[in-house]
Amino acid sequence: MNSILEIRGVRKAFGGVVANNNVSLSVSPGKIIGLIGPNGSGKTTLFNSIVGYHPIDEGSIKFDGHEISQLRVVKIARLGLLRTFQQTRIYGKMTCMQNMIVSAPYSDAGWNLIFRRISPADTRKAEDLLKFVGLHGKRLLRAGDLSFGQQKLLEFAMALMHEPKMLLLDEPTAGINPTLIKGLMNRLLRVNRDFGITLLVIEHNMRVIMNLAEYIYCLAHGELLAEGRPEVIQNDRRVIDAYLGAH
Amino acid sequence: MDSIQLLFDAPVLSVQLLIDGLLIGAIFALAAYGMALVWGVMNLINIAQGEFVMLGGYTAFFLYSAGVHPLFGIPLAALLLFFFGWALYKTVVFRVVDKDLFISILATFGLSILLQQLANQLFEADVRTAESGLSSWFLFDGLVTVSQIKLVAFGAALVVGATLMLYLKRSRMGQAIRATAQNARAARIMGIDTDRVYAATFGLNAAICGAAGALVAMTWIVHPYLGLPYTVRAFMIVIVAGLGNVAAVLVAGLGLGVAENYAGFILGAEYQAAFVFGLLVVILVWRRFWLGRQRRYLR
Amino acid sequence: MNPTIVRALLYGGFVVLALVAPMIASDFLTQLAFLWVMIVFALTWDILGGQMGYNSFGNIVFFGVGMYACAVIQRDAGLSYYPGLFVGMGVGAALAVAVAALLGSGILGLRGHYFAIGTLGLGIAAGELAGAWSYIGAGSGMVPPLYPGRVGGRETFFYYLCFAVAVAAFPVLRWLYAGRFGLAINAIRDDEDKAEAMGIATTRYKTAAWCISAFFLGLIGAAVGNLIGFIDPRDVAFAGPTFGVWMVLMAILGGKGTLWGPVIGAVIFHVTQELFWTYLLGWQRVALGFLIVLIVVFFPLGIFGWARERWPERFGHRVEEPPAPPQAETGK
Repeated sequence: MNSILEIRGVRKAFGGVVANNNVSLSVSPGKIIGLIGPNGSGKTTLFNSIVGYHPIDEGSIKFDGHEISQLRVVKIARLGLLRTFQQTRIYGKMTCMQNMIVSAPYSDAGWNLIFRRISPADTRKAEDLLKFVGLHGKRLLRAGDLSFGQQKLLEFAMALMHEPKMLLLDEPTAGINPTLIKGLMNRLLRVNRDFGITLLVIEHNMRVIMNLAEYIYCLAHGELLAEGRPEVIQNDRRVIDAYLGAH
Repeated sequence: MDSIQLLFDAPVLSVQLLIDGLLIGAIFALAAYGMALVWGVMNLINIAQGEFVMLGGYTAFFLYSAGVHPLFGIPLAALLLFFFGWALYKTVVFRVVDKDLFISILATFGLSILLQQLANQLFEADVRTAESGLSSWFLFDGLVTVSQIKLVAFGAALVVGATLMLYLKRSRMGQAIRATAQNARAARIMGIDTDRVYAATFGLNAAICGAAGALVAMTWIVHPYLGLPYTVRAFMIVIVAGLGNVAAVLVAGLGLGVAENYAGFILGAEYQAAFVFGLLVVILVWRRFWLGRQRRYLR
Repeated sequence: MNPTIVRALLYGGFVVLALVAPMIASDFLTQLAFLWVMIVFALTWDILGGQMGYNSFGNIVFFGVGMYACAVIQRDAGLSYYPGLFVGMGVGAALAVAVAALLGSGILGLRGHYFAIGTLGLGIAAGELAGAWSYIGAGSGMVPPLYPGRVGGRETFFYYLCFAVAVAAFPVLRWLYAGRFGLAINAIRDDEDKAEAMGIATTRYKTAAWCISAFFLGLIGAAVGNLIGFIDPRDVAFAGPTFGVWMVLMAILGGKGTLWGPVIGAVIFHVTQELFWTYLLGWQRVALGFLIVLIVVFFPLGIFGWARERWPERFGHRVEEPPAPPQAETGK
């Protein structure tokens, strides 16, 4: 089975604290995979390692056949692997439209390319994606003036604008009004189905992840605790214990 | 270059450079300690640090002109500058403390320019010294001069530093300062008047610089434009030594003093200022490179 | 009236006024020439500081490099006055760009206050080094060749030259900001890590921005060296504590991150400074220092920033009513 993301034996320690120890997982293209685990289990650290935010101590990370564990953030993003942030990061002083257009997947390889004009095609695509997430009416507002939930949607739209092959989503429903969660879930499913974007999702909301993911990995104390289909994970004693804290 | 050859031919020269470097380095360390204090407690990088030193130097000079022995000038300059710093905080600095770091840098830079030009206008640009009347010791058949006043300044710098450390550890205000440095919001909730703490910290910093300035007046010279190099030196020392470690600040300060002395000798006196500012750039770029290799970026 | 026509009239009127100024105000030509210099200072600083969020205290380096390079060409290349001047300006600009590209690789990696203070050190170090290098006159500086025209002709000529540089810079910047370059450097300002995570080649954009600043600063440096007639390493060429700081102040006063903000800030600042120099002789520098503190402490957003807070709708940030009932928001 060829996987789009292949993580083997990754270890990352900060000083004396081992955040990830011998973690291995693989993601097949076009699937939605979940990553769960109690707070402090090393999920975000793993994400940061994957996208090149910090180097790993041991192990290998392969994306789309390339070994990316030595690459920097910018290069990995160029290969088509993007992530969203837990705290939601957007460009606060720019308008939503500008946020979108600057996220278009351009190669900045040539010196002349960095001065190019903004194409109407990009503008149309940005507007369509903003409509998709329901922010079209607010497209001329400063992104920093949006509510937290709206910013999360903007960040999601910006990622889509970049046409990634794979998207790492760090707690996409955190802080979102419960009535809007279903809408977000539907958008994630549509994005996966219609655009073929592979998703690896960190989630704390069990209802969301069990309905979204086809396969789930559970981390605890920096190590892989269990993996399997949602029904299996839901009933796994070790997973339940990890969340409820029974030692 | 012949200067380097000279160092090898006459190692006693190195002794002179080393001693002078260490002695002035202690004063650099003092200014750096104050900067670290303000930076750590108030998250403010005080570009006017050197100007406080300059004002301390002028205070000592004018006291000396009025008949006060320079050694008494040290605590008096410190006291005067303490009130000056307090007043400056209450009028200007408190407005920029909670803004972003660049605004505070720009504001203190503006203050630095203002104080510099005021000093130039009021005191004129001639250089001044506060004579202490002490002489020198001669070692190694007169090849090495150890000026007694520089030794006294070195000792005084250590004393001031130690006093400050003690104050921060033992006194109530000192503890309040340390609490605020760790978590200003928590300190406020616990009833500490953080505004008062900031004023005291800023005043304390000015006092430290005042003492350092008095030492500079005794051992070297003061003039209106000596400020910026001192600010840059203090900043470099804090960058290298970090905010928490007093011993590291001292060591870095001494090291800088020695390095500057050597550079002045090898490159020539006219390049010494260029060395100080150039070293700043080198340290910053090297530090960033080193952090980047481990991909640990400090924001 | 049609806003485009209004804008064209404003630009046109401005240009006409600037062109006839030497005839009307011939006594103030040097000061007027410096107005254009200040505008170039503010505009070039704003590329880095306002649009990109990299607050530089060291842009003066490029000004000084341009000034010295031009003077060296004028001294050594054996050309007559005008060719020497224009070749010198070209070389000055090119050398400034080269310095920016070289320095940029190390210094643009610094963030925030480290960049600010690092560039401060750079600016002053450059002045000190120039003051010690005998090839360019060391502490005595250099004297550019004498202007080969009638008395008073020099001021007029350089007035138009400085005006030309300013008038060239403005539309170039406007064009740059309207394309991907403008968006990318704004993104770097707002969240550089996010920009990297989204695949934007931040290093390339940062270096390009600094090189563009360097280009115009190199040009104007060459012009100013000849306008003043004397190049002093610390007070004229690498005048960090004066020009170098004023660059920052003017852009902030007018409102950083906008096109007209730095221009307005430059005009107000320059007029104020000239008034101080005329009426507060002796105390003008103190007054200027005081003004700097005042601006930074009480007016950090600048005129444009204040206007934007006051009337946000006029600056394009508005909500449009959606044409159809919003079905996406309710999440079905």
